Amino acid sequence: MPPSQAMLNTQASGVPDEKVKRHTISILVQNKFGAFNRIAGMFAAKGYNIDSLSVGPTEDEGVSRMTIVARGDDQIIEQITKQLNKLIDIVKVIDLTFESFVDRELVLVKVHATNDTRPEIMQIAEIFRAKVVDISPRTLTLEATGSQQKVDAIIKMLKPYAIKEMARTGRVALKREFQGEV
Amino acid sequence: MSRQEHEEEGPATAGGRLMTGAEIFVRSLIAENVEVLFGYPGGATIGVYDALHDISDINHVLTRHEQGATHAAEGYSKATGKPGVVLVTSGPGATNTVTGIADAMMDSIPLVVFSGQVPLRLIGNDAFQEADIVGITRPITKHNYLVRDVRELAQTIKEAFYIATSGRPGPVLVDLPKDVMAQKTHFAYPQSVTLRNYAPILDGNIRQIRKAAELINAASRPVLYVGGGTILSNAAAELTALARKLRCPVTTTLHGLGSYPENDPLAMGMLGMHGTWYSNMAVHFCDVLIAVGARFDDRVTGNVEAFAAEAKKIHIDVDPAAISKNVKVDVPIVGDVKRVLTSLLELVNPLETQDWLRTIDAWKDEHPLRYRNGDEIRTQYVMQKLGEITEGNAIVVTDVGQHQMWAAQFFNFSHPRTHITSGGLGTMGFSLPAAMGAVFGRRDLPVISISGDGGFQMNSQEMATIVQHRLPVKIIVINNGFLGMVRQWQELFWRRRYSQVELANPDFVRLAEAYGCTAYRATRTSEVEDVLRKAMGHTDGPVFVEFVVAKEDNVYPMIPAGQTVNEMIDTPDPAPGGHETAGGRIETVEKGKARKVSVHAPVTSNA
Repeated sequence: MPPSQAMLNTQASGVPDEKVKRHTISILVQNKFGAFNRIAGMFAAKGYNIDSLSVGPTEDEGVSRMTIVARGDDQIIEQITKQLNKLIDIVKVIDLTFESFVDRELVLVKVHATNDTRPEIMQIAEIFRAKVVDISPRTLTLEATGSQQKVDAIIKMLKPYAIKEMARTGRVALKREFQGEV
Repeated sequence: MSRQEHEEEGPATAGGRLMTGAEIFVRSLIAENVEVLFGYPGGATIGVYDALHDISDINHVLTRHEQGATHAAEGYSKATGKPGVVLVTSGPGATNTVTGIADAMMDSIPLVVFSGQVPLRLIGNDAFQEADIVGITRPITKHNYLVRDVRELAQTIKEAFYIATSGRPGPVLVDLPKDVMAQKTHFAYPQSVTLRNYAPILDGNIRQIRKAAELINAASRPVLYVGGGTILSNAAAELTALARKLRCPVTTTLHGLGSYPENDPLAMGMLGMHGTWYSNMAVHFCDVLIAVGARFDDRVTGNVEAFAAEAKKIHIDVDPAAISKNVKVDVPIVGDVKRVLTSLLELVNPLETQDWLRTIDAWKDEHPLRYRNGDEIRTQYVMQKLGEITEGNAIVVTDVGQHQMWAAQFFNFSHPRTHITSGGLGTMGFSLPAAMGAVFGRRDLPVISISGDGGFQMNSQEMATIVQHRLPVKIIVINNGFLGMVRQWQELFWRRRYSQVELANPDFVRLAEAYGCTAYRATRTSEVEDVLRKAMGHTDGPVFVEFVVAKEDNVYPMIPAGQTVNEMIDTPDPAPGGHETAGGRIETVEKGKARKVSVHAPVTSNA
């Protein structure tokens, strides 16, 4: 479990695990005072779980896109979508889970490296098409991009070398233009 | 924004004169037809109060506490259907409105609360009387704003009123920094509001309405379960027409009281934890449940799994998020209750419900609301007498606790907007200021505030405001020397361990007199009617009445929290606790069976 997930995990009891699904929800939100706080606060107030949350500007200057990965059974996910739609500053809410979509996550990993381990680590980086973005006599910092599973995998591979620091963006996603009709 | 642009916006443009934010605020409220403003001045709003000083279009009511101002605005709104408006200063002034705002959020009451704020450059500096009220109220408002530029002020106020009053209504807070209110610009009140993703759905989807009609037309044991949304939508007439066309029994939630006349044969009174025996039974055994502007609150459903488990459920609500939040329904209809009921009425046929109504009538006969009336005053009797004397033509504003449930059970509400209470949040201290607010909006009916001895003391300072304005409020305090509802739970579920529920009270009559209010006290059942008639006949300003009632009395029927009708406790006779006078007469009330109600019988002590 990534640390962010552990931190945000407040799994409500009583919901059978097999019914809990992970959903990627894409939100367009106006850049208004306190708007992000309103969204994050709604999740906290209603006791919903967030695995990751990322936010950044879009092609529209007044609007940001927030991508939230949330977990819950169907009823909870339905409520999350409805509650998001109630927030005045929100322009659009799409649950991408019901669509075909592309998603990416980026991670920066600073891993302990010695003269012995450096080549091995660089080999792992090559397999994952990760880049070396910083180097020192005792560390290597790698940048990896991909699906959540790919990012999880490289982290797993690097763990034995001792990860000193790590920063993950959380998932960003966009709906595919062709929804399987081609 | 240039002057040119302003002048193009419409007729509201006020020539070429520059106005301060404070003046724009006042002009905007007038444009919104605000007649009454409940508030309390302070350092951050002193400029705004200066702009209000010469304005005669708006009646500013100086309450004695900001919580009183917010509850007064709620009472005004509930009685009139208009938004309640509040103006307070920064810091403590703003934080004192929090309870009232949360209350309005839970009960879907349109409020617009304006709070002063320290100047923009001081925000975040822990300045004197600074509080992040926008942050504090974010989860308890429908929306809120910090105005950072005077040029946004009029637009923000327009949006605030629109959001508060449209769709599912609720409170909106607008934070006004002191320097913004001193800045100048040209004033033009916007004619319309454009919000990118906010457009409440008012007309129900016709296919869903047809599905609902099909279910209803096939029903043999239907029940209408009616909530406060029906009153907010002004749909009592449509509801009554639907119930009578279908010959469908009606039960209401606490906030639904008044949407259907309780002396009508189809009426079953309130449902839920302290609802009538027969309404809970009817909901349990119905085959189609039509939920109208209600939200399947836990005090109504008890155990949600077992709530109307066999019934097909139709849910009409303007808030999509209210649907399938607590109970999964078969036919959701998002829309305004009035419009949806109007469409539905055309599509349904009269039903063969004679057998079903006979079953319910038998339950009414076997399990009426009842109490044993003796020398010691029972609150049930006070509520019943009050209903009889006023013939239901009064606005009853209750507080929270046992008296609130007894009023709901025994008053017999028959008209929309005549029952005002804090249902969702359950705010003690609500009644007195809310009744005060109701009087500012309604002079056509007497307004009666009813509190317990505990709740009354939570906002009793508003006695001063009421006396100052000589408001004709009938103030009733039901004094049992206990926090009665908590005591009841301790008696029933905590082995009678009465932890911190007994109150040592002041002499309420002398307290009321000290405020300059006429005051009476009744301590015996035989005095109740006389005192109530005196109070209702009092014409010169407010009147106060204290009823010293049975110390240990319980509200029945009762479905313990989270349980089902199988665990419903009907009124025991004699009630446990030995608080009922032996030899008293049993009074019974059956909703919709007026001929059997003994309210018109002469009442004497030890009858």
